[in-house]
Amino acid sequence: MGWLNRDIVNVLDFNREDLELLFSKADEMRRELKDNHVKKILSDKIIGLAFFEPSTRTRMSFETAAKRLGAETVGFTGEEGTSVAKGESFADTIKMLDSYVDSIVLRHKYEGAALFASDIADHPIINGGDGRSHHPTQAFLDLYTTKTLFNEIDGLTFALIGDLKYSRTVSSLIFGLSMFKPKEIILISPPQLSLREEIKMFALNHGLKLREERDISVISDADVIYVTRIQKERFPDLQEYEKVRGSYKITKKLLETYAKKTAKVLHPLPRVDELSPDVDNTTYQAYFIQASLGVPLRMALLSLVLGGE
Amino acid sequence: MNIKKDDKLLVSKIENGTVIDHITSGRALVVLKILNIKGNEGYRIAIVMNVPSTTMGKKDIVKLEDYYPNSEDLEKISLIAPSATINIIKNYEIVKKYKVEIPSKIKGTLKCNNPTCITRKSNEPITSSFTLLSRDKIRIQCDYCGSILTEEDIIKELVGESQ
Ligand SMILES: Nc1ncnc2c1ncn2[C@@H]1O[C@H](COP(=O)(O)OP(=O)(O)OP(=O)(O)O)[C@@H](O)[C@H]1O
Ligand SMILES: [Mg+2]
Ligand SMILES: [Zn+2]
Repeated sequence: MGWLNRDIVNVLDFNREDLELLFSKADEMRRELKDNHVKKILSDKIIGLAFFEPSTRTRMSFETAAKRLGAETVGFTGEEGTSVAKGESFADTIKMLDSYVDSIVLRHKYEGAALFASDIADHPIINGGDGRSHHPTQAFLDLYTTKTLFNEIDGLTFALIGDLKYSRTVSSLIFGLSMFKPKEIILISPPQLSLREEIKMFALNHGLKLREERDISVISDADVIYVTRIQKERFPDLQEYEKVRGSYKITKKLLETYAKKTAKVLHPLPRVDELSPDVDNTTYQAYFIQASLGVPLRMALLSLVLGGE
Repeated sequence: MNIKKDDKLLVSKIENGTVIDHITSGRALVVLKILNIKGNEGYRIAIVMNVPSTTMGKKDIVKLEDYYPNSEDLEKISLIAPSATINIIKNYEIVKKYKVEIPSKIKGTLKCNNPTCITRKSNEPITSSFTLLSRDKIRIQCDYCGSILTEEDIIKELVGESQ
């Protein structure tokens, strides 16, 4: 299918071949960054960053990626100070921005906002996370990080830990993994936050092997230990949040007790208390590598979508 | 009271209108509700509930004088009474008979049950859109947020309560 001028709304709009191409392009970008020799292939482009919901990493890595490639960015974070705060509809905001820029990176708290934006806009919409449904570029990054660390995604065992219900990075990662052949996906969460039925069904229908567990010791089987934050902001009820916060905490001691020596810990970040800072200086830590790969990965994405040669 | 031995229904025939037959038993009132028929419109209406049916065990029937379903009505009926038959009556005779069918795309008829689905955001030019996942045990999926609605969820959305 390719990437040129495509909307990036859902991981499942792409296939394994697309992802392999993205990853090799990201490798290329990494080399260019390392050699301090990045070609300004998007110097005639302006990219709109429409972050209706706050973000640090996703926004900054997109902005950095765009600027490294010579593109300009315009945009906003949060609704204050925009006409959205005055009651402008989402549709009108997108229509306006679409007439100004060459592509829009979008984050919104409503599920399906990116798909709706892609119905409205002529230029490519890049979904930077919409509600709890999709976060495709994070999933691409997680897969790319895994590939960089292990050379292969096929055959690996993944342990997904924490908020599996509301986390869009988890569902997007599962969509992405369905294009590969992981050995097994172990799901570890408090019962209130277990993976949604529709995602479980999807996984089973796509030949993924899922195993639901409560006890953290099962990380002993995992190659990739994927930790997520319990997201306070997605809880309809704060009392429910208080009940489950801190139910799992990944520490150096825990990893040394149970994990394989070769296991790697990923986390989409930001972390709160589910991942102890004492893991930072161990061989398990791969979340800073993951975060740093966000720039070359998004450079690759922008160049493929906007067609910079 | 003079009870007749004859067990035939004594509902007088309608001259022009619609008979909705083979409604899932117990759902006749839900059908009226989703069609927004309250009974004070003045038309002749007959409701028959939980009567034996050779094909369904038990069924409901609704007879509506001077009423003809439009395509949105048919879509709604199909979602809560998937085996319903529509009989169009003209001059006391059935002039048309067909079964309702759940469409593979359901657009605009139904609200998504996820309050943070973009289709629920007010003042946006957006129409709800669902894809039918399974026909025999009805399950539809919102094209925007991915939520899956069961038959129970659909009834809740259509009539505002479960049945
Ligand atoms: N003029 C009318 N007024 C009221 N009800 C009618 C009228 N004509 C037919 N019906 C009703 O419409 C339904 C369908 O009638 P029909 O004679 O086709 O029965 P059927 O052969 O059992 O149909 P089916 O094969 O759909 O079960 C029956 O419930 C019948 O009582
Ligand atoms: Mg019959
Ligand atoms: Zn929805």
